[in-house]
Amino acid sequence: MLAVESVSKRFGGLMAVDNASLALEPGGIIGLIGPNGAGKTTLFSMISGFVAPSDGRILFEGTDITGEEPHRRAERGIGRTFQIVQPFAGLTVCENIAVGAYLRHARRADAIARARDVARRVGLAAELDRPAGGLTVAGRKRLELARALATEPKLLLLDEVLAGLNPSEIRDIIPVIRGIRDEGVTILMIEHVMQAVMNLCERVYVLAQGRMIAEGKPAAVCADPRVIEAYLGHGAAARLAAEGAAHG
Amino acid sequence: MTARDLIPIAVLAVLAALLPLVVTSSPVMNFLVFTLIVALGAQGWNILGGFGGQFSFGHAAFFGTGAYVTAILQLRYGVNAWAGLLLAMAAGAAVAWTIGFLSFRSGLRGSYFALVTLAFAEVFRILANATAFTGGAAGLLIKLDVHPANLQFADRAVFYWLVLAFVTGVLLLTRWIQRSRFGAQLVAVRENEDAAKALGVDSLKVKLRAIALSGAVTALSGCLYAQYFLYIDAHIAYGSWISVELLLAPIIGGVGTVFGPVVGALTLHGLGELAKQFAGRIPGIDLIVFGGVLVLAVAFARGGILGLLERLRDRGRGMMTRGAKEVSHAGR
Repeated sequence: MLAVESVSKRFGGLMAVDNASLALEPGGIIGLIGPNGAGKTTLFSMISGFVAPSDGRILFEGTDITGEEPHRRAERGIGRTFQIVQPFAGLTVCENIAVGAYLRHARRADAIARARDVARRVGLAAELDRPAGGLTVAGRKRLELARALATEPKLLLLDEVLAGLNPSEIRDIIPVIRGIRDEGVTILMIEHVMQAVMNLCERVYVLAQGRMIAEGKPAAVCADPRVIEAYLGHGAAARLAAEGAAHG
Repeated sequence: MTARDLIPIAVLAVLAALLPLVVTSSPVMNFLVFTLIVALGAQGWNILGGFGGQFSFGHAAFFGTGAYVTAILQLRYGVNAWAGLLLAMAAGAAVAWTIGFLSFRSGLRGSYFALVTLAFAEVFRILANATAFTGGAAGLLIKLDVHPANLQFADRAVFYWLVLAFVTGVLLLTRWIQRSRFGAQLVAVRENEDAAKALGVDSLKVKLRAIALSGAVTALSGCLYAQYFLYIDAHIAYGSWISVELLLAPIIGGVGTVFGPVVGALTLHGLGELAKQFAGRIPGIDLIVFGGVLVLAVAFARGGILGLLERLRDRGRGMMTRGAKEVSHAGR
């Protein structure tokens, strides 16, 4: 459903994303991991239309969307959350989610009903009438998720929705994400919390220094020497293997 | 829109409509008509600035366009004043849309947008002052010909009711915006443009619709000004005084609220008139009052007078129902 073909992004002399490709089939949760500064968020921004690629193209359901505006992509069914949460601070939780719901429901009553429904699914039902600016970090992350979900996306891009949450909050939100998948929404998630990646993702892409270095099942990818070296530095994979052999 | 949304507007309109039956002095009627004209223009500003968060410092461009289009159509082309009113609104919307297109498409926001609008208004003022077609520095005098068809009335009260009807119409329009998809998207753009785009909001289109509506309403107030005072020149129509008036009223009254501009205009001009009564010998005393009220509002009442009242009400309610978990914001 989504095909990223040899996409690059240059910021002056820096190659933030270098010839990266990615292909998603409908359904399932796919992870995008990589060390800090690997270009994951830049790649997300290119898929959702906030950053124009310097090179390459992006296809959604067979259509070239490389030059399309973000709102057009949202209409097509690409939803995203932001790593740094962006609530409409002056509005209530319900009004926040309703902005997303208005995309497919022009009437206020329908949009509000839809917003309440989504809020219930992500566990925000009790906070509906509170100002969004007053939510906790976990609440804001849920709100990001709820707003994106209210646009009724086919593909949902989640940018570190678990970052900054404590283990019990993570435990609470994982079933929510799984529930979204079960309703047929394809999810591409950037995540640093490996426990969640192992738990949720069927497949994982690894981006390091702008390049896609590995792809496959989470367990296989984590054992990949290239991935270990990307995280821990050159020679780390061999060292770990040697230590493992010594202890074994 | 529900009955609860409409009742406050209806009550206010009926009470205001009864006023001329009580007050008959013409200085007071003059004051009321002028204040309502400012309130109407301020309502226009509030659509773009209050709901859309795009602070214009140059709404004189739309006010003046409304005034000049009405005057010129009548004087030079003999167009009926009522048709002139509609064309003035259309012209205001067109000028606003064009300024909006040029500045929003280039991604101007915040103080840059404010400066560009200010510059446009000044360009219009200088052009209107220098061109013979617009009457130059001498201005334009609309011929006194009292007849309802000419939008001129023997009784000031009739003009007052007419302006009040327009103000009420825009109150309804603003309430509709507040309760519509367009309004939700406009407020979303104000709060966070990138987040709004990610949710499928076409921010350029939404902002252009807002500025066109805003320009039409403010041009209407300019047109009514010209019809009431029957004289305009470049400094009146395009002067920065009106830009300031139109943004002060909503800021004082409550930015992004339905009643804010009306409350703000009444408060400012009410206090200004009182100051003139008590210290009329000091020139510009009303402007000093405007400045003082603005400082007070910015320092102590960030949501304007209506925001302050709401906070006081919430606090009062909180005291009555101490321990209640949720504070309702439904009344906004």
